Amino acid sequence: MATVRKTPANVIAYLQAFPMAAIFFIFFILPICMVVVVSFFDYQTYDILIPDFVFFNYVDVFSSETTYRTYWATVRFCVITWAITLVLGFTIAHFLAFYLKTVPTQLVCFLICTIPFWTSNVIRMISWIPFLGRNGLINQALMSLGIVDAPQEWLLYSEFAVMLGYVHLYTLFMIVPIFNSMARIDKSLIEAAKDQGASSLQILTNVVIPLTKPGIAIGSIFVLAIVMGDFVTVSVLGGGQIPSIGKSIQTELSYLQFPPAAANAVVLLGITILMIVALIRIVDIRKEL
Amino acid sequence: MARSERPPYFPLMVTIFAIFVVFLYAPIITIVILSFQGPEGGLTFPMRGVSMHWFVELFGPQSIGDIWGAFRRSFALGLMVMVCTVVISLMAGLAYRHRFIGATGLLYVAIASLIMPSVVVSLGIGAGFELAGIERNWYTSGLGAHLTWTMPFGLLIMFAVFNRFDPAFEEAARDQGASGWQTIRYVVIPIILPSLIGIALFGFTLSYDELARSSQAIGAVNTLPLELQAMQTNATTPVIYALGTLTTGLSFLVIFVTVAAAVIVRRRQDRHGSDAGKA
Repeated sequence: MATVRKTPANVIAYLQAFPMAAIFFIFFILPICMVVVVSFFDYQTYDILIPDFVFFNYVDVFSSETTYRTYWATVRFCVITWAITLVLGFTIAHFLAFYLKTVPTQLVCFLICTIPFWTSNVIRMISWIPFLGRNGLINQALMSLGIVDAPQEWLLYSEFAVMLGYVHLYTLFMIVPIFNSMARIDKSLIEAAKDQGASSLQILTNVVIPLTKPGIAIGSIFVLAIVMGDFVTVSVLGGGQIPSIGKSIQTELSYLQFPPAAANAVVLLGITILMIVALIRIVDIRKEL
Repeated sequence: MARSERPPYFPLMVTIFAIFVVFLYAPIITIVILSFQGPEGGLTFPMRGVSMHWFVELFGPQSIGDIWGAFRRSFALGLMVMVCTVVISLMAGLAYRHRFIGATGLLYVAIASLIMPSVVVSLGIGAGFELAGIERNWYTSGLGAHLTWTMPFGLLIMFAVFNRFDPAFEEAARDQGASGWQTIRYVVIPIILPSLIGIALFGFTLSYDELARSSQAIGAVNTLPLELQAMQTNATTPVIYALGTLTTGLSFLVIFVTVAAAVIVRRRQDRHGSDAGKA
């Protein structure tokens, strides 16, 4: 009886998983393989994809000084954004998890943080323009307070604006997983630490942070991967002057240069895969849900 | 004892949270205000009168680009992605309650798809369709590109749901003679309905606002976010704020309706004395 019933359940499981597996195969796995294959292709102005096995797309990537400058700029953005979103996200998650006593207030505050995630990113970027622009609110305030005499140009279409955009858009990716980890911490552990005379700083460093590590890891991977591949924030808030890997891929694509864009993307992909491997090593995500 | 209930630095932490909330919402509130600029008004303060001028402009025949076509496409695509995400994630979630070969692999693929830089996915889909000689379109390659972004959220939410799901409900249904389909239709789905509504919210809003994965996958015509990005580069009037206000308003409406629906469903479960969906 047991064996008779087990087989259909198994078949049903395959049928149920099939649509998702098929879509990921067609629209994710194949395209990623495509990127790798195309990166070895040749190209011409009117023939944008010539099947071939050449390495010059990679040679171009690694021999250009611009590439290194672009990668360096992107990695720098990554590290700075990561540091800011980590500290800010951790603080907010800590507030949500330990400072709010009732579940409804927790839920409402959590929703307040989450709602912008479901609205348009482009609009949220554009909405910084009236703040940061030459005649924007910040310049108006600074000038009327007499702090500066001329409008500050570095506020908008600058590295500062891009960074601000990243923090504004992606801190949530830190808050959610860190909050999720914190919400699972058994409150009696903290009580026990308190009873043993631990200061609040000691509780933070010896109890909360170690138990929150999986959340921190997940949030970090999110933020790093998004910033590494970003081209939208850089174009909208960077004003064309700020280099980024994503943007140079996008620029190559706008000239229909698929193979060099693909070579660039493979390098970017390599970095991302390293991150995924690191993530899987550090945490078993299924246990975190 | 009662005094130790309040954690240390409480006022400081509340202040930080309040500042963060202002940081999150102030920009969008600003452009909502500025979208009501008078006809002479510009992209920044001061307000030169209050009017609906820029909204009228938006509906006018001379409006820039094909905003309404883009809006219709984005909305239709959002609905398609929403339905597909809910159905496919639910099915996959049910599959994960059994053992099957490739379960771990599929999970890793979903996570990889979630964190893969969108520009790479978009480029791959674009190159693949180009090479296969298939025309890219928003309802084919565009739909697929969006699903690679929304399905991981759907699957992870399903995991969270079924990790807390008590199989006793289904066993009870089976003992009463319910078929497999009846068990899912009349027991499992009603219990997890609030979470399915949540997946629908992710599916619609993430697709409706998606830009990076669309860029190479959408084909000749734009979706609304692409149109907005194009508009932004040569925006000189508050008309872009008016569009921003409208589309953000729509997002808020969708969020409000889905959250309210989830709450109502949960309340009704409570009222009927059901402990469905509780841990």
